[in-house]
Amino acid sequence: MRPFTYERADSPAAAAAAVERRPGAKFIAGGTNLLDLMKLEIETPAHLIDVNGLKLDTLEATPDGGLRIGALVRNTDLAADPRVRRDYGVLSRALLAGASGQLRNKATTAGNLLQRTRCPYFYDTNQPCNKRQPGSGCAAIGGYSRQLAVVGSSEACIATHPSDMAVAMRALDATVETVRADGTTRTIPIAEFHRLPGDTPHIETALVPGELITAVTLPKPVGGTHVYRKVRDRASYAFALVSVAAVVQRDGSGRVAVGGVAHKPWRVEAAEAEIPRGAKAVTAGLLADAKPTHDNAFKLTLVERTLASVLAEAKG
Amino acid sequence: MKFDTPATTNPIDQLKVVGKPTDRIDGPLKTTGKATYAYEWHNVAPNVAYGWVIGSGIAKGRIASMDLEAARKAPGVVAIVTAENAGSLDKGKRNAATLLGGPEIEHYQQAVALVVAETFEQARTAAGLVRIDYTPADGAYDLAAVKDKAEKTKDGDSVVGDFAGAFAAAPVKLDETYTTPDESHAMMEPHATIAAWEGDRLTVWTSNQMIDWMVTDLSATLKMPKDKVRVISPFIGGGFGGKLFLRADALLAALGAREAGRPVKVGLSRPLMMNNTTHRPATIQRVRIGAMPDGTITAIAHESWSGNLPGGSEETASDQTRLLYAGANRLIGNRIATLDLPEGNAMRAPGEASGMMALEVAMDEMAERLGMDPVEFRIRNDTQTDPADPNRPFSQRQLVQCLRLGAERFGWAKRNPKPGQVRDGRWLVGLGMASAFRNNLLTKSAARVRLDQRGIVTVETDMTDIGTGSYTIIAQTAAEMMGVGLDKVAVRLGDSSFPVSAGSGGQWGANNATAGVYAACVKLREAVAQKLGVNSADARFEDGQVVAGNRRVPLAEAAGADGLSAEDGIEYGDLDKKYQQSTFGAHYVEAAVDAATGEIRVRRMLAVCAAGRILNPKSARSQVIGAMTMGVGAALMEELALDKRTGFFVNHDLAGYEVPVHADIPHQEVIFLDETDPISSPMKAKGVGELGLCGVGAAVANAVHNATGLRVRDYPITLDKFLDRLPAMG
Ligand SMILES: Cc1cc2nc3c(=O)[nH]c(=O)nc-3n(C[C@H](O)[C@H](O)[C@H](O)COP(=O)(O)OP(=O)(O)OC[C@H]3O[C@@H](n4cnc5c(N)ncnc54)[C@H](O)[C@@H]3O)c2cc1C
Ligand code: SF4
Repeated sequence: MRPFTYERADSPAAAAAAVERRPGAKFIAGGTNLLDLMKLEIETPAHLIDVNGLKLDTLEATPDGGLRIGALVRNTDLAADPRVRRDYGVLSRALLAGASGQLRNKATTAGNLLQRTRCPYFYDTNQPCNKRQPGSGCAAIGGYSRQLAVVGSSEACIATHPSDMAVAMRALDATVETVRADGTTRTIPIAEFHRLPGDTPHIETALVPGELITAVTLPKPVGGTHVYRKVRDRASYAFALVSVAAVVQRDGSGRVAVGGVAHKPWRVEAAEAEIPRGAKAVTAGLLADAKPTHDNAFKLTLVERTLASVLAEAKG
Repeated sequence: MKFDTPATTNPIDQLKVVGKPTDRIDGPLKTTGKATYAYEWHNVAPNVAYGWVIGSGIAKGRIASMDLEAARKAPGVVAIVTAENAGSLDKGKRNAATLLGGPEIEHYQQAVALVVAETFEQARTAAGLVRIDYTPADGAYDLAAVKDKAEKTKDGDSVVGDFAGAFAAAPVKLDETYTTPDESHAMMEPHATIAAWEGDRLTVWTSNQMIDWMVTDLSATLKMPKDKVRVISPFIGGGFGGKLFLRADALLAALGAREAGRPVKVGLSRPLMMNNTTHRPATIQRVRIGAMPDGTITAIAHESWSGNLPGGSEETASDQTRLLYAGANRLIGNRIATLDLPEGNAMRAPGEASGMMALEVAMDEMAERLGMDPVEFRIRNDTQTDPADPNRPFSQRQLVQCLRLGAERFGWAKRNPKPGQVRDGRWLVGLGMASAFRNNLLTKSAARVRLDQRGIVTVETDMTDIGTGSYTIIAQTAAEMMGVGLDKVAVRLGDSSFPVSAGSGGQWGANNATAGVYAACVKLREAVAQKLGVNSADARFEDGQVVAGNRRVPLAEAAGADGLSAEDGIEYGDLDKKYQQSTFGAHYVEAAVDAATGEIRVRRMLAVCAAGRILNPKSARSQVIGAMTMGVGAALMEELALDKRTGFFVNHDLAGYEVPVHADIPHQEVIFLDETDPISSPMKAKGVGELGLCGVGAAVANAVHNATGLRVRDYPITLDKFLDRLPAMG
């Protein structure tokens, strides 16, 4: 771990300004991802701005009937909130499928969205990795890639985004609210928030340097049956091989987002029209451009079968 | 004490303390944080500095250059040790690769430097500033690719009769190949050591299962006399074989302390451990079985291939097949190839753990081909003598009893022998079973016992407690022998200044270490009797008193002001040559497979064990359920993922290397048969800590087959290996 300095910000804009001012500075929220990466020198920020005191830890109803989730709301609290459990069940279930109780107590909404990949080569500084060290190459391509992406990947990187929460938020059409150093704010639809790796896998989101997430907003509830199914090698405390977040309406229409397959939560709205025709048709649309590796081609079958099971469950 | 004739009645048979379910006597120390683990000796070595180990970034080749400039100038740095300044070192006889590499690199993350600084953080930061350039060389990393170059191991093959002829003639046969992956011990406590020099004497506080091996190899590596090295390791946060040997933490702490001129503390980080230390090596196993239609095995062959660094040994995965089932014609052997991976070495139940995962699935497959119940097929082929030598009986062999009792308790009769038939909602449900088998190993073990004027009995031996419960069974043994309660016994372990014990490995610790304590207590009883002027054969030790004729003397009084002390050990004759000594059991498992996703979840497990006298049913049960858990891991998830291009284990942390969590482990039940084995030792006990693991993986695999009708012969059984063979979704 490299030595770093530390400060507590007293307003969101001041926090953003502090990061912008200091090259190599980063926000720290729960620290459950960032500190691990710092210990391994995968992240080497010279300065940390602690955002825990910014009072961004509340949930409030929005005027149009939605829910605004403060960036610092802990995963545990978000999953347990009665409004979330009632109106956005898929989100509560996704959160509870992630990490462990202890981690969820620390992990925040913004931190969860920004957690970095679990590609094992990203975690070993002896190995080339374009995400960790741009231009160094990608050790995962041709290597051990069972966990990695099957769709939307590039010649430069085949990593996945590991979040469960983000998959549910993608299905719910969340928007990310931010503030920049100059105090200006903007909202970014979740679909545009995470990027595909392309030639720049180290740039993972639409955020500009210093931009602070202040909240994530959910539109007003859409009803329907909410299912989150996470498929993994052990029963708990494991990242998804694939996961499916689905909201299915009585009339058979619905939405589906998939985790564990791409550099971002994966959703293809056009494919959702096929839900009444079943999982095979939906998967064909979802994964039309899939380019799996030898190790992870099974994910294509797995998505289809998991989705079939989820749709059957949603129908009741 | 020489043990060369079967035990007769002795004071242990009273079973006032031994054999009773007993809480760990060290439990309160552990639950209150007072048990000191290797990294936590905060007061023994003042002015300690901290070392951080740098591991090689390549698997094979040479260090072209190493730039230490920036690290040396970094804040707090006290010393840097590399092969260049470490002085002349030898290699311990139990290490395959050198523990401090460079310029030659033998495996990934082989230690190449230790950075020592005032604080842990400074050492780690400075280590990050060391720049190393390597000249990589080609290495062999893929067992399957080098399999044909493998050689027979020094033990040779066990050949009985004419296997080839009998197999060719057998009306029913099976010829299948199974693979097991590299596995990591993944114990809770990482390797850690504090080293301090006083002149030419070295003391290390460490975490090690085999104190005398450690002293021997550490002194050999440092080229110093054995009696100048002291090793202290009273508490160990798990080992599973990963701490049988001297490893880089201890050697580098000693070298760092010498270079820094002050005590140095070194812990291995988890990501380093998986490639720097030892692991259970992968195997390829071919099993062939030929049988008559009635299930009688006529031919059995088991060959196992594994790889290791030059000087490393093979995984003896075929060995149990020499002994487990009858069959007139046999061919059994292990082969070893050279691989440039980190050293493969013992992990809990080496040999059998992997071997039973192949053999016991082959038995299940064979039963299916014969149209026989798998329990009955095993019973049909039971043998009460070594199949290679009819004059060599088993000392005890209650395999059939274990199988039958297990079947009854588990409700085996309700199993549908036709696979893929039972459905419970989303889940396909199946039952599977396997035999359990592990040898009982005898090895000498000594102890010192003191009786003081308060009537307290203190036992000292370099035996270790790696979480197994050694403290408690040793206390039970001494209490039984001396006729006192557990509250009057103190046990001190894990210190090389104590008599040399069996240590903890190969499930030999419990039986041998307590037998050593038994021997020392016999001597102490004689000393007490002699002091009182009575014949020790006539003296009874009970309720804290010595009773001889009409006399009743409190032990405290007999000890007198100076106390009494005795030292002895157990040594074995040839009873293990005349008799085959093994432990037996049966594993039963119910597993459910998600019909859509192929996720496998174990629902119910039962183990029945026949392993001699169970000294402490409570800690023995804890050992067996822990082993069953490890077996679920081996069957379903544990695998060091190998990058075959560059030769290293990629998933080198506990997020990537998955072991079972609580949610994976359902209802577990353990039954011990009421057994004593007087041929094993005066304790009439055997080992059980590894037996619990041997066969579990196969029982899980067989349950998965019963649930789905699918066989996966390539462990671990992860869903990607059979998803496309599951029935289509409706
Ligand atoms: C062992 C383990 C298992 C896990 N398993 C799962 C799992 O199964 N599923 C899953 O989804 N997750 C899992 N996680 C990941 C976990 O969910 C994340 O670590 C956590 O959500 C991160 O939140 P945090 O607040 O601790 O973020 P931090 O570590 O504090 O920060 C993460 C990143 O976000 C940035 N950041 C934080 N707050 C803001 C803000 N307001 N604006 C802009 N940038 C910000 C930081 O600069 C940093 O780059 C696991 C983690 C661990 C350690
Ligand atoms: S897949 Fe991406 S994160 Fe993994 S090694 Fe390649 S570039 Fe790095």
